[in-house]
Amino acid sequence: MSAVTENTAAKPQKTPARINWVWLSPFLYTLGLFVFWELVVIALDMPPTILPAPTRVFQAIVQYWSPIWKNSLQTLYTTTLGFIIAVVAGLALGLFIGWSKAIYAGLYPLMIGFNAIPKVAVVPILVIWFGIGTVPAVLTAFLISFFPIVVNVATGLATIEPETEDVLRALGARKMDIMLKVGIPRSMPYFFGSLKIAITLAFVGSVLSETVASNYGLGNMMSSAQSQFNVPLVFAGLLMLAVEGIAMYALMAWIEKRMTGWAHRSTMAN
Amino acid sequence: MRLLEKSVQMADLVSIENVDMRYGGAAGTLAVSSLSLKVGKGEFAAVVGPSGCGKSTLMKLVTGLQVPQGGTVIVAGKQVTQPISIVGMAFQNPTMLPWRTTLDNILLPLEIVERHRRRLRAHRKEYVEKAERLLEIVGLKGVGSKYPWQLSGGMQQRANLCRALIHEPELLMLDEPFGALDAFTREELWCVIRDLHAAQGVTIILVTHDLREAVFLADRIFVMSARPGRILNEHRVPFERPRDLEIMYQKSFNDMVHELHGEIAKARVAA
Ligand SMILES: Nc1ncnc2c1ncn2[C@@H]1O[C@H](COP(=O)(O)OP(=O)(O)OP(=O)(O)O)[C@@H](O)[C@H]1O
Ligand SMILES: [Mg+2]
Repeated sequence: MSAVTENTAAKPQKTPARINWVWLSPFLYTLGLFVFWELVVIALDMPPTILPAPTRVFQAIVQYWSPIWKNSLQTLYTTTLGFIIAVVAGLALGLFIGWSKAIYAGLYPLMIGFNAIPKVAVVPILVIWFGIGTVPAVLTAFLISFFPIVVNVATGLATIEPETEDVLRALGARKMDIMLKVGIPRSMPYFFGSLKIAITLAFVGSVLSETVASNYGLGNMMSSAQSQFNVPLVFAGLLMLAVEGIAMYALMAWIEKRMTGWAHRSTMAN
Repeated sequence: MRLLEKSVQMADLVSIENVDMRYGGAAGTLAVSSLSLKVGKGEFAAVVGPSGCGKSTLMKLVTGLQVPQGGTVIVAGKQVTQPISIVGMAFQNPTMLPWRTTLDNILLPLEIVERHRRRLRAHRKEYVEKAERLLEIVGLKGVGSKYPWQLSGGMQQRANLCRALIHEPELLMLDEPFGALDAFTREELWCVIRDLHAAQGVTIILVTHDLREAVFLADRIFVMSARPGRILNEHRVPFERPRDLEIMYQKSFNDMVHELHGEIAKARVAA
């Protein structure tokens, strides 16, 4: 940043060209969305019980900061916990499924069927088993987010190029060697790529469960705000969710980049 | 001459008899048919033939990557039914693992081959030095720490060659290893292979499209027919070793290249 300011000071006539629009644009677009939203509310003269203006929502955030903060942390906690379980289980199951063509063929339809079940239908079952509260939220986050991890890891393993496998097989490598030397490193970009999808899905799961069956969390806060017609607070909850979602997504994207730099820089020139 | 005599007396290291190989089930492509050839221990054999005639298939049969539907493949006195580890193979396309540095790619066979993997951890330094010597021989000094995708196609092929050599295989299978190289580097590597063969007595089977390469390097040249491939003809290369690059300008050398060229042209038309 200091370099930029020095430069602008030295050559003031070039200032507009020095602005990094790509870096700035997410903020500008977000700001633009809020302005547009505000204008729509003013233009249509929307009552805050239907669509509150962003200024009204921010006001609600300040006003209810203490419960919002507490519930945000709760949601972040259940989501992250469910996500971590999904990462561990998804990685293990993905490696297991990708291990052999037979297991892949046998378990894949089951996985698809399982994933097709709406998780909202599963929450009541979880409540019967574990009661309401944190546990069903964590489990729903886990159930909804582990599928993309499994599929990605398994796909990474199942799509090893036969030539690469041949190189090792020609040396007398066993299945385990091929997995360790090629399969697992190769599936890592798929795995880290799936984390971004999985974390956003985990939020969907935890908030869903909190809404239906919990006394804590943003989902619960929003549903009780809704029953009191406190629509600005509902939107405040949504905004907090969006912020948490973006933050966790960015974290996953950063981890992905750190762990699998070779997959991004490689053009595989040949 | 000494080497030639030795190879005649010694037992065959590779012996392929009447092999049929079909890809993809009964209705699939018949890649080679009634293929027979023998390569003696310490010999340098070259295989030439039209594109798609089954040369790479031959390599895979010898290394045990493919098991033939008919006939037998015997290497070092044992019938090949699964991949064998006494071979080093440089594949047609350099299959370097992109997440490993070039040096780690070259060391990969040592992590697999039984007799080295137990020593690798304790003697890593010694092996790394060996890999660096090989890199230097092929003209890649100092690129060990680079990733394969940071190398040019020709550099990758040279690294590929190092990987085939690192575990000191008894049998070296080279499938068009110099395809992506410029003429000068190629000649340089011919000399590297020539010297390696002379110094270590390793048996080499080389598949190539470059007839001058075959005549310059090999003791014996096998000409394959168009698909389904079989051996059409076999030439003994008469030039004495050690051979100098200069022999490529001799008339007898060019006559032989010319003759091979004619045979392959005929084999292509016959298909
Ligand atoms: N994995 C495979 N599955 C099906 N067919 C194959 C496979 N590999 C090779 N073939 C077929 O077998 C035939 C011989 O292939 P091969 O790769 O051995 O040829 P080649 O002589 O090495 O050719 P080139 O000189 O172009 O490398 C070809 O017709 C090819 O289409
Ligand atoms: Mg080939």
